[in-house]
Amino acid sequence: MHDAHDALARAGRAIRVVVLIALALLFLVPFYLLVRNGLATEREITSPDWTFFPHELRWSHLAEVFQDPGLPMGRALFNSAVIAVSTTVGTVVLASLAGYGLARIPYRHANVVFYAILGTLMVPAAVTFVPSFVLVSSLGWISTLRGLVIPTLFSAFACFIFRQYFLGFPQELEDAARVDGLGYWRTYWRIVVPNARPVFAAVGTIVFIGAWNAFLWPLVIGQDQEAWTVQVALSTFTTAQNLNLHELFVAAAVSIAPLIVVFLLLQRYIVAGVERSGIDD
Amino acid sequence: MSAADVRPGGPVARALGAQRRNLWFWVFVGPFAIGLGLFTYVPLVWSLYLSFFDAHNTVTPTGDDFVGLGNYTAMLGDGAFLSSLGTFVLFTAFIVPATYVLSLALALMVNRLRLARAFFRSVFFLPTACSYVVAAVIWKLSIFNGVRFGLANTVLGWFGADQTAWLSTTHPPWYWLVIVTVRLWLQAGFYMILFLAGLQRISPQLYEAAAVDGARAGWQVFRHITFPQLRATSVAVVLLLVINAFQAFDEFYNLLSDARGYPPYARPPLVYLYYTALGRDQNLGLGSAGAVILALIIAVATVVQARWFGLGRKEE
Repeated sequence: MHDAHDALARAGRAIRVVVLIALALLFLVPFYLLVRNGLATEREITSPDWTFFPHELRWSHLAEVFQDPGLPMGRALFNSAVIAVSTTVGTVVLASLAGYGLARIPYRHANVVFYAILGTLMVPAAVTFVPSFVLVSSLGWISTLRGLVIPTLFSAFACFIFRQYFLGFPQELEDAARVDGLGYWRTYWRIVVPNARPVFAAVGTIVFIGAWNAFLWPLVIGQDQEAWTVQVALSTFTTAQNLNLHELFVAAAVSIAPLIVVFLLLQRYIVAGVERSGIDD
Repeated sequence: MSAADVRPGGPVARALGAQRRNLWFWVFVGPFAIGLGLFTYVPLVWSLYLSFFDAHNTVTPTGDDFVGLGNYTAMLGDGAFLSSLGTFVLFTAFIVPATYVLSLALALMVNRLRLARAFFRSVFFLPTACSYVVAAVIWKLSIFNGVRFGLANTVLGWFGADQTAWLSTTHPPWYWLVIVTVRLWLQAGFYMILFLAGLQRISPQLYEAAAVDGARAGWQVFRHITFPQLRATSVAVVLLLVINAFQAFDEFYNLLSDARGYPPYARPPLVYLYYTALGRDQNLGLGSAGAVILALIIAVATVVQARWFGLGRKEE
């Protein structure tokens, strides 16, 4: 009786592992295709007989991507890097200050301000992108770094996460600083920020990934080719005439390489950030 | 300002608050609040204003362009707008249950692993780093490429099946398979992490008690312990999934549009608005009216959902 039960449990465990391995392989297929198509010849890609691995890995395709005038890859990568870094720094600084103020500085109307901020979480991009485009174009910010970055800096979501975090931050540390004669400003920068690094890393990495991968706003605002981000450049390139598939796939692989590195290095912060984002209690 | 104003209890002192707390509050919160007001509330109000005007290519229409509710009646009478709402409903009906089931299943399986747990978690979470544009490139031009060398057609070919033009076949609508799987791959790992966090919060004592009561490991424990305990996580996951489905743009645009434009089918609201407001005739008045209608729909849906899930009520 017991043996039968154990055998059943063992069989169940084995099936679970097999299913997991199969799913993991399926999840990795798109990454495999990215590399395979990027490093194979055009003939190998379009051959009716499937080539599992290119006969020769053509690393020269990497250089080719940066020499095509139809795909301004260098410029686009530069734009994406500048936009992603400035968006991340700006968002984290603004949202953390606001989150701290809302959590720690007693003010009679703090609740009104908080709900006004929280209310914008209910307003999705579908609703704001036309009006925001209207505002940015009337400011003359189309195809400028200002237009691409500044309107995206005010994330109610990031502010909310910081506020929740600071509400649970040990008050004793700040009280000690207060006794030492530090005001709110210096307490914040000298005591709170150095002791809250994990939440800064979590929000920072999530904002960075979002900014690097953003598509609609850069598509609408970055209209000139000089202002294209890497996502807009790739998207435009897919509609090119006589498209070279290997070139497109190498470019796509290059565009996600920085993120894969960030992702693997900072995964535990990203996981922590994702966990925070789903919990609204 | 006179000396009387700044003395304790005077108007300036009162505005600053005890220990100048009011001042410090605004030093911390002010920059963010002003920016949010400028880039969220101002555009909303401006858009509401524009929605009453015939505003082609302009954001400052004159009084002659006033059309009253004309844009609203035009929008609600436009079959394409109504069908974009239908597309959203259909998309949600596919993607929300599919993501929910897959991410919960992944979390349950990964959670029970003893070996290589971090490895499997990373593999399923890795697509989160990928952009919709890159994923759409892989799906459109490699996996579901309609020609013979597409991966799906190659695999089907091994079994002797005919090749399918996945994205341009409307009977049956194979394009939904492409659209839904791309988002499923990109987001399942994200929600798996949320479920894993939820599973970690369930007290082991509940499982011990269930074992004492004779509940069989597996389905019974899942139904009576795990699933009810994940209620808060489930509500958050479904809400996020629906909100994100409503904002779908990237994969639709990158999978379906080409040099000739966008096909007449599978246009969700955001794609429809994009072509209306920013397309050839830049009809910003009409686009604004569409945005206002969407905002009202979301407001109503949010209230209904909140009632339904009993949000705001304390758990237990």
